[in-house]
Amino acid sequence: MADTVDLKRMLDESHVSDVLDELDRELVGLKPVKTRIREIASLLVVEKAREALGVTSAPPSLHMCFTGNPGTGKTTVAMRMAEILHRLGHVRKGHLVAVTRDDLVGQYIGHTAPKTKEVLKKAMGGVLFIDEAYYLYRPENERDYGQEAIEILMQVMENQREDLVVIFAGYKSRMDRFFESNPGLSSRVAHHIDFPDYSDGELLQIADRMVDGLGLQLAEGARKALAEYLSIRRKQPNFANARSLRNALDRARLRQARRLIEAGEVDAASLTTIEEADIRASRVFDAAPAAKDKEKAAC
Amino acid sequence: MRITQGTFSFLPDLTDEQIAKQVEYALDQGWAVSIEHTDDPHPRNTYWEMWGMPMFDLKDAAGLMTELKECRKVFPDRYIKVNAFDSTLGFETMRLSFIVDRPAREPEFNLRRTDTSGRNIRYELETVRS
Repeated sequence: MADTVDLKRMLDESHVSDVLDELDRELVGLKPVKTRIREIASLLVVEKAREALGVTSAPPSLHMCFTGNPGTGKTTVAMRMAEILHRLGHVRKGHLVAVTRDDLVGQYIGHTAPKTKEVLKKAMGGVLFIDEAYYLYRPENERDYGQEAIEILMQVMENQREDLVVIFAGYKSRMDRFFESNPGLSSRVAHHIDFPDYSDGELLQIADRMVDGLGLQLAEGARKALAEYLSIRRKQPNFANARSLRNALDRARLRQARRLIEAGEVDAASLTTIEEADIRASRVFDAAPAAKDKEKAAC
Repeated sequence: MRITQGTFSFLPDLTDEQIAKQVEYALDQGWAVSIEHTDDPHPRNTYWEMWGMPMFDLKDAAGLMTELKECRKVFPDRYIKVNAFDSTLGFETMRLSFIVDRPAREPEFNLRRTDTSGRNIRYELETVRS
């Protein structure tokens, strides 16, 4: 048996660097998240090296918790996570099963356990993503079946670590409270990753990619208008980062379509261009001068 | 008497690892696996009791192995088999079925002869549990 292991080569062979680079390229911002994913990747490679040298160790616990405001990319990263863990050989199949409370908790006594187990079985060999996990625990109702689901989850998370990875996701404050009331669960989740809000610059970058993905382009003025839009929208309630951005773009597309229909005759360039006026027409701009205005300017 | 029913039954008992690999193969073919158990392995007893629902949408053998472990715990002295059902048009039937667990002491079969009308003889197999 060799005494030394070439970590660099092992990393290259697993093609993890490709996935990580892809992650860097395709996801804007999210610095702490990317750092943590790199660390986990390194850990798994080192673990493999140890195994190659004959040092046995228990498989690391990779259950994670993603916290962050809405629209910060938790689900997107979870999808990537499944793929990364698969490439690293930590999970065998690399599929993602995304569930919420409804998929785990039953309607009546004796319904919850089979339901939760069913989901767990489906997720084995891959990643189980529990969105808005705090809904599992409802302290106001002591007969709530959520607790039962949590107990089964904990058992499987502990005993079948090599079979599946569980990722909890939700808003920061509510997740913290959820873990406080379920200390057993908290101690079984090794990685708590916080997703920061996007800065205006990052959101604009994301906008460019979204528009590109739709086969459209932003006119020069439109991009500036969008930047202004974002800085105003951010101060209003219910701001959901990339999701708000997506909605704004969708509405701009609507306005663009109406404008084109009214114009009657169009060429290829105008069909694919979102003009400044399409964005300026948003209600967000009306509300801006009177920021004290309490109306829920969601649009 | 050692019961030989289904695939692999003339081989030594499969280890868990081997079972998992067979299940893995079945899942790769897109078959749905399920677990059944019985205390009466009579060859004409085709309907064994189901252990839960057939596991559709399973991606990995670990799911079935978990259930199998559970089933063994509850029924340590029963026959347990794993079935793989192919739902594609034209098959719509079991493609693979093999015994994964058997009791330590297996039942015997008695062959019973009965005279019936016109000097005919009827043969019957009867499970004898000792």
